[in-house]
Amino acid sequence: MPPVSRCIRHAAAFCVLLLVALLVNTAWLQLFLSPSYAGNPANRRPTIARYDQPRGRILVGGRPVTGSRDTGEQLRYERTYADGPLYAPVTGFASQRYGTTFLEHSEDQVLSGTDPMLAGLRLWNDFTRSRAPGGDVVTTLNPAAQRAAFDALGARKGAVAAIEPATGRILALVSTPSYDPAELSGNGPAVAAAWARLNDDPEQPMLNRAVRQTYPPGSTFKVVTAAAALDAGLVTDLDMPTDSPDPYPLPGSTARLVNEGEGCENASLRYAFEFSCNTVFAKLGVDVGAAAMRTAAQGFGFDDEGLRIPFPVTPSTFEAPADRAQRALSSIGQYNTRATPLQMAMVAAAVADGGQSRAPYLVERTTRHGGATVSAAGSRPARQVMLPTTAERLRELMCGVVEEGTGRNAAIPGAVVGGKTGTAQHGVGNRGTPYAWFVSWAQGDQDLDPRVAVAVVVEDASARRGDISGGGTAAPIAKAVMEAVLHSPPTR
Amino acid sequence: MTEAETTGTPATTGAPGTTGMPRTPGAPGTTGTPGAAGPPGTHGAAAITGPHGATGATGATGATRAAGPHGAAETTRLLAATGTAEGRGTPGNPDRLESPVAAAGTAAAGAGTAAAGAAPSVPATPLLPRRRGVELALIVVAVLLSVYGYCAVGLAKSGALPPGAAGYGAGLGVLALLAHGAVRLRAPYADPLLLPIGVLLNGLGLVLIYRLDLETPGERAAPAQLVWSTLGVALFILVVLVLRDHRWLQRYSYLCVVAALALLALPILFPPVNGARIWVRVGAFSIQPGEFAKVLLAVFFAAYLAAGRSALAYTGRRVWRLQLPTGRVLGPVAAIWLLSVGVLVLERDLGTSLLFFGLFVVMLYVATGRTGWIAVGLLLAVAGAVGVGRLEPHVHGRVQEWLHPFASIDAGQGPGQIAQSLFSFAAGGLLGAGLGSGHSILVGFAAKSDFILATAGEELGLAGLSAVFLLYALLVERGYRTGLALRDPFGRLLAVGLASLLALQVFVIAGGVTGLIPLTGMAMPFLAQGGSSVVTNWAIVALLIRVSHVARRQYDGTAPP
Repeated sequence: MPPVSRCIRHAAAFCVLLLVALLVNTAWLQLFLSPSYAGNPANRRPTIARYDQPRGRILVGGRPVTGSRDTGEQLRYERTYADGPLYAPVTGFASQRYGTTFLEHSEDQVLSGTDPMLAGLRLWNDFTRSRAPGGDVVTTLNPAAQRAAFDALGARKGAVAAIEPATGRILALVSTPSYDPAELSGNGPAVAAAWARLNDDPEQPMLNRAVRQTYPPGSTFKVVTAAAALDAGLVTDLDMPTDSPDPYPLPGSTARLVNEGEGCENASLRYAFEFSCNTVFAKLGVDVGAAAMRTAAQGFGFDDEGLRIPFPVTPSTFEAPADRAQRALSSIGQYNTRATPLQMAMVAAAVADGGQSRAPYLVERTTRHGGATVSAAGSRPARQVMLPTTAERLRELMCGVVEEGTGRNAAIPGAVVGGKTGTAQHGVGNRGTPYAWFVSWAQGDQDLDPRVAVAVVVEDASARRGDISGGGTAAPIAKAVMEAVLHSPPTR
Repeated sequence: MTEAETTGTPATTGAPGTTGMPRTPGAPGTTGTPGAAGPPGTHGAAAITGPHGATGATGATGATRAAGPHGAAETTRLLAATGTAEGRGTPGNPDRLESPVAAAGTAAAGAGTAAAGAAPSVPATPLLPRRRGVELALIVVAVLLSVYGYCAVGLAKSGALPPGAAGYGAGLGVLALLAHGAVRLRAPYADPLLLPIGVLLNGLGLVLIYRLDLETPGERAAPAQLVWSTLGVALFILVVLVLRDHRWLQRYSYLCVVAALALLALPILFPPVNGARIWVRVGAFSIQPGEFAKVLLAVFFAAYLAAGRSALAYTGRRVWRLQLPTGRVLGPVAAIWLLSVGVLVLERDLGTSLLFFGLFVVMLYVATGRTGWIAVGLLLAVAGAVGVGRLEPHVHGRVQEWLHPFASIDAGQGPGQIAQSLFSFAAGGLLGAGLGSGHSILVGFAAKSDFILATAGEELGLAGLSAVFLLYALLVERGYRTGLALRDPFGRLLAVGLASLLALQVFVIAGGVTGLIPLTGMAMPFLAQGGSSVVTNWAIVALLIRVSHVARRQYDGTAPP
């Protein structure tokens, strides 16, 4: 029989074996499996950590339009919104259940405090497992313009986009009907009900019409066609009659294009622009050629799939068809030409700013919780998209529209305003609700540059054919927005 | 307690001055004769120390290798001191307790006297320091650490010190000091690490339970746990004060086994709770009798094996390198195995079953040194586990959950308890989230009891968890060391058994919640919520204190306990 003490030592060795097994297994679990387990979608810890601190704020005009509410639940802080429907197209929602959209989505890292730039001492934060407090997002919005656009649209379905031409700062981004994103903040059954209701609503309140919906731009697209024609030298004198028949037989087809108004046969470019002669611009589009039209449209930002403001904008499209009949229709903003309101605001802004186009942006800067700037927008590079002389002539044409053409409703005393109306047909046999458009820019008498460029679209059931509805329905909304901007103190 | 008290107690103690004098020359190996045994308690003879011991030692050096019945112990010590290391296989080796008689009582008499080389000059018998001051200092550290943890939880959860911090610290401190006082009084030579480790683990457990209480409003488990801890410490003090000699337990070994079986059988009469019939509910109180049964069974095993170890070691057939036991002695083993399987089937308690069987195999091996037992034990365990795992749906489910912890996630039903527990440990990383900053409450049911380690893992990290494991390891190691130092077979087996009990239980539950082995519902010793468990664990530490007192007092200079 072996000595007892040897057996005790064997038993002790066995216990050491058990201890080593435990330690190795635990180390494996806590050190090596840890990252994959932390990323398991069934693991609630990342979610809990995300909502464990107040979310950063989104500021408009120096005032936060978002807040956080301590619910005391497992997912502790819930998003709140001041003026939720007003800013919903900008902020989007931050839901514990349905994720985030728009600024809440694209600036999520800053707002939730996970942006590495927010952490002062990363190693220290890793060590103490502390998360930086949520940073703030300062927007470029002009609260007065946003409010004016929202109120002016009222109960109608439509959208407004306003840009500062010299910088590309977005001053207003409105879509109606809207919704209150606060309804989606939490994770309870009420949130699920609100989600279902908003998604089932035929009015699509969660659709951001300013950047995520494309419309046929109709006559407002004539700005682009005119720019192409002027740049190409097809028209040298605004007042010289063009060689355009009325009605215009679409090349290679039996269809004939007509006008709503009178006096379009061989009308000058100025007259055709002011009174929106379809025939003149259709022919110009055909004569300029597909390549030149495409170049002009793309210069203004059409077909750009990479535009981020910082959330992505649905690309506006201009097909520039080789078929001349189709190109004729495309050139007056019909056929397959489609544009977001923001895109048409960019067109107006390029004209206002001497032919320079800038990528629009919504975020002025992001800051730490204390206010220290993390990143600033800085100046965006401008692209010259037409000759400066062309831009000057287009300004003249647009001013004419407001002074004596279809856009007289947008005139503002004490300011130079240029605009272009549009009414777009759509649907099979043009039976869909027509879209009333107005794009414009305005420059106060005291201002060195145009202060604002606006695009308004209203899905207007009462619109009659012709440009009157664009001038009648959309122009007053644009005017309200431009006035709000002109009355605000300059930003820089 | 003074030396005089100890040495004076047994009537058989020889007159100090005469101990070293050989009265009966020769008679090697006969030291364990009944005549020498005397009543239990003769171990006091071994404690002759100081000047007397020294004189005795010098006197004995030149003398013969024989000692009279009374002088046996002292001589042994001398011989051992001169280098008769155990394990040499010399006939008189202290480990070679051949005769069943040896088990009958004398602690000191385990000594053979036929040592080959008694050195001519032997130093005085070393006397181990009592180390009570060290114990007190460590207890203070343990209490302060617990209070610190309590405050850390409050600061993390509400940014303020918790209101009960002072009261909590005072409560734990008073309990610890009372226990320390009892040890000072009755077991002054006890191992100084046992009590502080118990206090620290119990304090840490209270902190973790309090921390989880904050996540479950309306369910306050920490105050109840403190009450149970008080009961546990009271039992500890009782055992330390009353149980003068651990061999007293040996007489009642059969009473122990009957009580253990009764306790085990009791929950069968009660309805199952969460699939396992291990609870006895009386009104608001619920206890787990199986917890108490563990200690009683360890006592019984120790007594049974100490008495019959030579019979059990009787060699049977040799198969390959395994020395199989004879069929005759297979009976008791089969009985214990049936008991384990019975527990498993009737109470659906895989953990307790595993624990009992593991404990018995380890103790059987230590007592007999037969590897054959291990082979037989493993075979039976595997057979039992596989058989029951196949047939019993509850156990089968546990095994499936162990093999595929994320199956419920893939099935779209969300993470199960094991998965949540694994997430908790993973979230802890190296340094942990900090007390009060984790989310182990996601484990849900049993987060405060079976899964308490998940909270430790998440909030203290690998660093803290390793520290906890090492605390347990230290506790077990002290138990084994006591077993090595003791010389009465029953004491040895008891110390080893109790330590193994702790080790196995820690492994079974910690391995279960970390996904190393299938999960079995069992309480983490001292840490987990559960009154029966904490009381039982204090009883285990009390018994270890008692035997370690004996072990260190009769220190023979070989293996320092």
